[in-house]
Amino acid sequence: MVITVTTTPTKSRGESKEVADFELARALEVASAVPDPELPCVTVADLGILRSVSRDKTGRIVVRLTPTYSGCPAVIAIEMAVETALLSAGIDSTIERVITPAWTTDWITDEGREKLRAYGIAPPVGVSGGRRAFFAEDAVACPRCGSARTTKVSEFGSTACKAHYRCDACAEPFDYFKCI
Amino acid sequence: MAAAVASAEDAVLRAILEIADDGLILGHRLSEWCGHAPMLEEELALANMGLDLLGQARALYAHAGALEGKGRTEDDFAFLRRERDYVNCLLVERDNRDFAHTMLRQLYFAAFMQPFWHATVQTSSDETLRGIAAKADKEMSYHLRHSGEWVIRMGDGTEESAARMADAVNELHRYTGELFMVSPARQQAIAAGLLPDPESLRDEWDETIATVFRAAKLELPEIRTMQKGGRDGIHGEDMGHLLAELQFMQRAYPGQTW
Repeated sequence: MVITVTTTPTKSRGESKEVADFELARALEVASAVPDPELPCVTVADLGILRSVSRDKTGRIVVRLTPTYSGCPAVIAIEMAVETALLSAGIDSTIERVITPAWTTDWITDEGREKLRAYGIAPPVGVSGGRRAFFAEDAVACPRCGSARTTKVSEFGSTACKAHYRCDACAEPFDYFKCI
Repeated sequence: MAAAVASAEDAVLRAILEIADDGLILGHRLSEWCGHAPMLEEELALANMGLDLLGQARALYAHAGALEGKGRTEDDFAFLRRERDYVNCLLVERDNRDFAHTMLRQLYFAAFMQPFWHATVQTSSDETLRGIAAKADKEMSYHLRHSGEWVIRMGDGTEESAARMADAVNELHRYTGELFMVSPARQQAIAAGLLPDPESLRDEWDETIATVFRAAKLELPEIRTMQKGGRDGIHGEDMGHLLAELQFMQRAYPGQTW
């Protein structure tokens, strides 16, 4: 694993003023559209884990991605998916893994949150914070019926980023994208 | 490796390996619960927490290898050292025993590491360490909450669960002193501003444990002599068995990759 640190995450969109960089714009478009392998309803751009698409000094396309959790097992699959999508579009790229600034659920776009809800996953409630009290529970609205009467079944769900909830109004179980 | 630290670079490498080994060994211990947890939700929780710790360890090993500059990879550190070269604290290698032991061990560790990573984000002069810490801080706050809630439920639970939790306290509390002990290598890393001084985290740890124990109706034991040795590579009997399983594939099929 190669860990790279960048302190200035920028969404590069063809910085050259003289000539529009169509390949770079295309690379950004293609990379942005890659779905998350475990949450196919959202793209890497929706999740905020696509940090930048730019060119290095040699002109090569560089895509920077960041993991959600330290041990997220999907990291390599996501990196390969982006690289493969770009190759299919005829673009050679280098994928870099960046860890700072750390990803939080605050990076999920509004569009991403709405897609999660429509898919049946309650989006994170509130903004990323620190330690919370024992037995404290987020008030999570049911993504299906909207009821606030929900119960946490387990802090840990089918993936590291989700908790498991049950709606007490419509009785549906659902995943909650934990706020971190 | 357990011998005197030769240079400032060696000290930094060694200090990073201490926390990386803590994560690897505890992560492996949690993975041993796969297929054995008391219920499905805890099966997922234990595996998830183990993954967090392995992920943190991998990032730290990769950073250690890059700092050392001799081409050692995360696999070299994780799988191909001898027992005496692992410098994890003794607490993390203790056998899982039962769910009470496992959750109490997790509480002791997370109650220390969450403030540790939090302080690293705030103060470390090493940008990569700050990046690793920023993720680990959030992850450990989850571990702390999850394990603390279980210690409270079991301590203040049935006669059986309370007895098991009290037994776990009697067995494991003596290993918590090593969390705060500073090896010569760690001292250099602290002096260089890379890692926080554990002593500055003691009040918070004491308070967290006291809060949980009050709610769990558990007594804080009086420990005269805290166990130590892990940071010098002196491990307990449990460690050899753990490494036999952890290292088997790389020893049997050297250089294999997935």
